[in-house]
Amino acid sequence: MKLFGYKLPAMSSLLLWGLLWEIIGQMDVTFFVPPLSEVFVTLFSIIGTPAFTKALSETAYAFSSGVVISILIGIPVGILMGTSRLVDEILLPWVNMFLSAPLTALVPVLMVLFGFGMKSIIITTVLFAIWIIVLNSRAGVMQINRSLVEMAKSFGANKMDAFTKIYFWAALPEILGGVRIGIIRAVKGVIIGQLLISIVGFGALFELYSANFLMAHFWAVLIVLFALAFCISEILAYLERRVAYYAAKR
Amino acid sequence: MDMSQIKDTAKQDVDVAVSVRGVSKNYGDVEALKDLSLDFPRGELTSLLGPSGCGKTTLLKIIAGLLEPTSGQVEVNGKTVTGPGPNRAFVFQDFALLPWATVLRNVAFGLELRGVAKSERESIAEKYIKDVGLAGFENSYPHELSGGMRQRVGLARALSVDAKVLLLDEPFSAVDEQTRRKFQEDLLALVKNENKTFIFVTHSIEEAVYVSDQIAILLPRPSRVSEIIRPSGFRDKPVDQIRRDREYLDIVDKIWASLRNYVE
Ligand SMILES: Nc1ncnc2c1ncn2[C@@H]1O[C@H](COP(=O)(O)OP(=O)(O)OP(=O)(O)O)[C@@H](O)[C@H]1O
Ligand SMILES: [Mg+2]
Repeated sequence: MKLFGYKLPAMSSLLLWGLLWEIIGQMDVTFFVPPLSEVFVTLFSIIGTPAFTKALSETAYAFSSGVVISILIGIPVGILMGTSRLVDEILLPWVNMFLSAPLTALVPVLMVLFGFGMKSIIITTVLFAIWIIVLNSRAGVMQINRSLVEMAKSFGANKMDAFTKIYFWAALPEILGGVRIGIIRAVKGVIIGQLLISIVGFGALFELYSANFLMAHFWAVLIVLFALAFCISEILAYLERRVAYYAAKR
Repeated sequence: MDMSQIKDTAKQDVDVAVSVRGVSKNYGDVEALKDLSLDFPRGELTSLLGPSGCGKTTLLKIIAGLLEPTSGQVEVNGKTVTGPGPNRAFVFQDFALLPWATVLRNVAFGLELRGVAKSERESIAEKYIKDVGLAGFENSYPHELSGGMRQRVGLARALSVDAKVLLLDEPFSAVDEQTRRKFQEDLLALVKNENKTFIFVTHSIEEAVYVSDQIAILLPRPSRVSEIIRPSGFRDKPVDQIRRDREYLDIVDKIWASLRNYVE
């Protein structure tokens, strides 16, 4: 972005919004919005506390388990759907349904099935993340150039070779895009899980702070969460750019 | 007109590398090939020439083992084809290169699939990259190459697995005329030096006559071999003499005369 001929650094619009936040906070418009500076002071005061590290590790555990499971199941299932008509016909309606379903409404059912613990939270995270990973992997495989597959076959590739040396790489740009969106949805999933299933992790902190009207604390935790999600998504965006050189030339 | 050197049937006692026996292929209701039989002599180049959609690619893929014939069979060195095998290598019309891999890995990919160790397959690939004139481009990616260079990568990949039968599906159709002529000369040298059996699909009558030891003319669907022509007089002449050779010109005319009925 350019302003008066000067090239502004990336994300300078964030500075502007931050400033606006600070002003509104200082003007004491509503208790809901404390000044940004106060939020940051609070952030640094709670960041090392045992309650915070416990919340962070609980959340990180549920989140990363959910994401790893979604990736390990989602990518092969998507590739399978893209390569097999039969599997596709059977699974596609379900995948589409779950992608757009109000998953929050399913959480109580999960609690009945899997109890009130970590297991249910991880499954909620998976339910939020996996469908877009499946769909994107499937789309990536379906646009593959058929003659690449024939080429591999003609040189004696077996099913496994075709999977790992052709389909996966040909679909990689779409797969990474799916994983990136899936991870963002997983953040949503893990927090909803923590709020609805058992009050642990960041969910517990949110619950505690908002019940006691500790808005600066509330915003501080939210900012930590945003920052984490942003970093992970940026890492994946970087990986996507790494494969962009062939994405347009398949 | 001296047509005595043109024989309309294959010689009797030749060493046959690939033999197609009564092959039919239906795609649903479409009869692509019907009871097609054809022998490919070892060490020679046979062209498949015919109008678009007559089933040339279909036949090539059946020989490669990528497609199953509806009936009939293909034998390579006396063994019935049941799938792809190391004795055949395919050069694809659209190159079929891995866009995420370098020229070196692409050329070595056939060997990689056959389980050859990395250092060994890369030294073999480097040799063939040099042979096709791409030395210095080992670490380039396909999208950084021209169409002609990509086709050379496809050719080097097929050569590096050292298959005795090479199947080429319109390999020169994506390159410009100058490159094409250069490729045709290179192909002639390859046939002479490599002792491999080449099966070559083309749309171009001139190209077929220029490079072939044997030309099989296919008629439109359902396709069968209507004629086999074996140019013999000019094969040993220098490459720049061929296009003005009497027999060359006669054969080109003759083929055109028999194909023109099918072109509307
Ligand atoms: N997968 C398929 N499904 C249905 N019909 C097919 C399929 N592949 C080929 N055909 C039909 O079979 C016939 C022969 O096709 P083929 O690709 O072998 O022709 P070709 O001689 O290679 O043509 P061209 O010179 O244009 O490449 C065509 O009429 C085509 O419509
Ligand atoms: Mg064809």
